[in-house]
Amino acid sequence: MTAARRIFHILHAASLPACAAAICILSLAAAPLRAGDIPLNQRQSGYDTMGRDTRAMQDDDTANPATLWLLDGEALWSKKEGAAGKACADCHTDAATSMKGVAARYPAFNTKQNKPLDIEGRINNCRTEHQQAQPLPFENKDLLALTAYVARQSRGMAIAPPPENMQPVVDQGRAIFEKRQGQLNLSCAQCHDDNWGRKLAGSAIPQGHPNGYPLYRLEWQSVGSLQRRLRNCLIGMRAEGYALGSPEYVALEAFLMWRARGMKMESPAVRP
Amino acid sequence: MNRTPSGLRSHSQKPAGTLVPGLVALLASLAAAQAQDRVKPYAVVREAIPLSLTGKPGDPARGRAIVANRQVGLCLLCHSASIIPEEQFQGDLAPDLAGAGSRWKIGELRLRIVDAGRFNANTIMPAYYKTGGLTRVGSSFAGKPILSAEQIEDVVAYLATLREVKK
Repeated sequence: MTAARRIFHILHAASLPACAAAICILSLAAAPLRAGDIPLNQRQSGYDTMGRDTRAMQDDDTANPATLWLLDGEALWSKKEGAAGKACADCHTDAATSMKGVAARYPAFNTKQNKPLDIEGRINNCRTEHQQAQPLPFENKDLLALTAYVARQSRGMAIAPPPENMQPVVDQGRAIFEKRQGQLNLSCAQCHDDNWGRKLAGSAIPQGHPNGYPLYRLEWQSVGSLQRRLRNCLIGMRAEGYALGSPEYVALEAFLMWRARGMKMESPAVRP
Repeated sequence: MNRTPSGLRSHSQKPAGTLVPGLVALLASLAAAQAQDRVKPYAVVREAIPLSLTGKPGDPARGRAIVANRQVGLCLLCHSASIIPEEQFQGDLAPDLAGAGSRWKIGELRLRIVDAGRFNANTIMPAYYKTGGLTRVGSSFAGKPILSAEQIEDVVAYLATLREVKK
């Protein structure tokens, strides 16, 4: 049976999960690996290469400093906000059920806003639209706490391949990932696709997967967002950072999620 | 393109006046003039820059300090340098600098630092004496080469002293 015929058969089985699986297969087929891409079976999470102490910190919730953000996020989930006087829980009830798997498939395309939103953007969208509250600025403690709490509900789940309507955003993210930038004229791909595992200033270059964000970074002494981490790399390249929340960062996030599809979510992780 | 993060509000609601494009053009031309001052022309002869960028030889001791300094020379981020053992945290993305002076003549070292992309367009080695053809350079680095002509001459003078030890 050819692959196309197999998909045809799956579609005709007409059950919803099977359709979703077929769409996954189609979107994977639509975005094949390119020469410089890391082979799927060689991908590794930052967790796999970090030191034993840092791993132990992530493995134990009572030792993971990000737990403090998680607890804040849990409290904020039930706190009424804005002119509408609504809490997240008023619409979404128990996050353990309603948010399960959400962070594993974000950024997602928001048809109402006609643009992709990451988890932070989606939380702010809920704040302005449903709670009638001010959006929270990036790296604000409450936004990090809520994002960590939402992402926690996907821990252990596989990152979902982006659906068809995200493909243009993924492509845009890839273009940024592969573009040489800054005074040092480097691209993300030159380090994280071509030279991962080799040493830059004494530390092994990670593959740069997004599967643990938001995460507690020892270097930051804080939980931070994926966008903050991306900005760090741009500063290292002596490139002009994009504004936090900008479409460029969301596109990069979408590409990184495509690149890490199938890998397990660890949020909120710990990294050196 | 709207670069304002959704959570941050612009301090000023004033529409951009017609003055702004003119000002931007003026600043851009000033930056270009500055960049021209900072990167002087040089001649490439047979895959080398035979003449000193400053007209004078560099100072090897100053060159060593530049190479060892990860904020100035940046060399050890990628290169290892067994001849600078006091600096830990060296890279292994690029060849050991030991013996560089035996592998290349002075003019070849100079061109490799000035514009390594001439040899391999995909190299990760940045061009140290170039301000054109770059994208989204951070504002504090715009129009400036990574090292000045004087600094490059110091580094060249230092690297030229690194001879392969005959076994």
